Amino acid sequence: MPDERAVVTVIGADKVGIVAAISKVLAENNVNILDLTSSKVRDFFVMIMLIDISNSRVSLEKLKELLGAEAAKIGVQVAVQHENIFRYMHRV
Amino acid sequence: MYTPEEIVETYEMLSLQHLNIRTITVGINLLGCLDKDPNRLKRNIYTKVVETALRLNKAVKEVEAKYGVEIVNKRIAVTPIAILLEPFAEESDASKIGLELATALDNAAEDGGIDYIGGYSALVHKGFTKGDLTLIQSISEVLSSTNRVCSCVNIASTRTGINVDAALKMGEVIKKTSELTADRKGVGCAKLVTFANAPEDNPFMPGAYHGLGEPEVSVNVGISGPAVIRAIVEKNQDLDLRQLADLVKRTAFKVTRVGELLGREVAKLMDVQFSTVDLSLAPTPKQGESIANILEAMGLERCGAPGTTAALMLLTDAVKKGGSMATTFVGGLSGAFIPVSEDAGMVEAVRAGALNLEKLEAMTAVCSAGLDMIAVPGDTPAETLAGIILDEAAICVSNDKPGGVRIIPVPHAKAGEYVDFGGLLGSTVVMEVSRFRSDRFVRRGGQIPAPIHSFRG
Repeated sequence: MPDERAVVTVIGADKVGIVAAISKVLAENNVNILDLTSSKVRDFFVMIMLIDISNSRVSLEKLKELLGAEAAKIGVQVAVQHENIFRYMHRV
Repeated sequence: MYTPEEIVETYEMLSLQHLNIRTITVGINLLGCLDKDPNRLKRNIYTKVVETALRLNKAVKEVEAKYGVEIVNKRIAVTPIAILLEPFAEESDASKIGLELATALDNAAEDGGIDYIGGYSALVHKGFTKGDLTLIQSISEVLSSTNRVCSCVNIASTRTGINVDAALKMGEVIKKTSELTADRKGVGCAKLVTFANAPEDNPFMPGAYHGLGEPEVSVNVGISGPAVIRAIVEKNQDLDLRQLADLVKRTAFKVTRVGELLGREVAKLMDVQFSTVDLSLAPTPKQGESIANILEAMGLERCGAPGTTAALMLLTDAVKKGGSMATTFVGGLSGAFIPVSEDAGMVEAVRAGALNLEKLEAMTAVCSAGLDMIAVPGDTPAETLAGIILDEAAICVSNDKPGGVRIIPVPHAKAGEYVDFGGLLGSTVVMEVSRFRSDRFVRRGGQIPAPIHSFRG
């Protein structure tokens, strides 16, 4: 199967354990993190992950649901989108 | 890897600025459904439409989930029904058969989960066939008794000129449709457009039909994005107009790419040909989704103020330039829509007295859809409506561009009154129409010859 990638964006108030909580869900579902950047914009924590979903145990939709539930628990927002949309919009 | 700015830009566009796909419209050829027995014809049409609709819905759901982008409307466009009516045109109940076919389309759209179905259409830019006349005769009744069927009649083209008899007939059809839907403020007319240079692959209603040059099935995409464009125009007040045009172009590229990506995926899942992206910016009555507000963000006090046509030309052109680069094939109308009732900023401009019918007509010379969703007094004569149609057709024929007239005479309403059509059709102020008559000109009938654009062969 060719590489299938998605972008995970997490935005929320900075606190201990955000990276751990999100990566735990990814690891449990056999999703590899290819790249990760994070920064603090004013009081917000912004994390962007590029993930490889080609060997994921669950569908992208399900993964979105699981991450959403985890994010809600720790009080942050998460968006998961297939990489294609970024490639199409930002690369000529 | 993408930069945080790029990620955030996409995130902002999709979540804060409601960037979505306005419509995915699947065109289907119905000629294979032809049958001498009207009942079998109806059954064939119903089956084909429902089958396609279900496949479209399944694909759209899958693609929406994958990208987190909403596809607002799922539509179907069919072969102009006037052609399917030809074998019955000489029978006494031909119009009734037209109505029955429309009902089959309406039922199929409803059962297949389709928002609108286009193609109750005839192409009469050089004259009428018997099937065309049958169809035109039945339009008013079809639009008043169905919910999702849309009708478009093409009365002019750059190559043939303008069929004046057809313009007058359409004036009469508009009046009758308004009367038959008087209990709903004449809203049947919102599903009817009189076109010039109607494109065969238009994804937008009510002008969509599946042209004879199209393949068996085609997928056409209509993008959205007024809020995205408005946001960047508003944010960049210090740019001169050359820089602004460039910025709009770059943004239009990104918006169109989303349409191209989703359209391609839907077509792939349906195992059919992906056709075109229509580059039009389409407003909705929602806050922020307004073309008028983009023009105002450029620096006009109100849409309609002197300079509006120039601002709209800049906008339309920049969108086309950025969009052309973003998609393999451009189709449909491709420009900016200025439907009055569907654009809260336009309605506001009319209410404030900044925008009138004549200024709108001038604006249609530089954008795509023509005079769209305009409410006029219920007592506007059919000949005056025909005159408005002829003027718009003249602009389109002379400028070699598509455009139409979707006008709603609101029964018993006077200029300045407020009407609410409900939902996506929005609400608007009834516009004033010139009281001077066009009857003698329009009633001469015949054909206005095609203009000479150059002496090319």
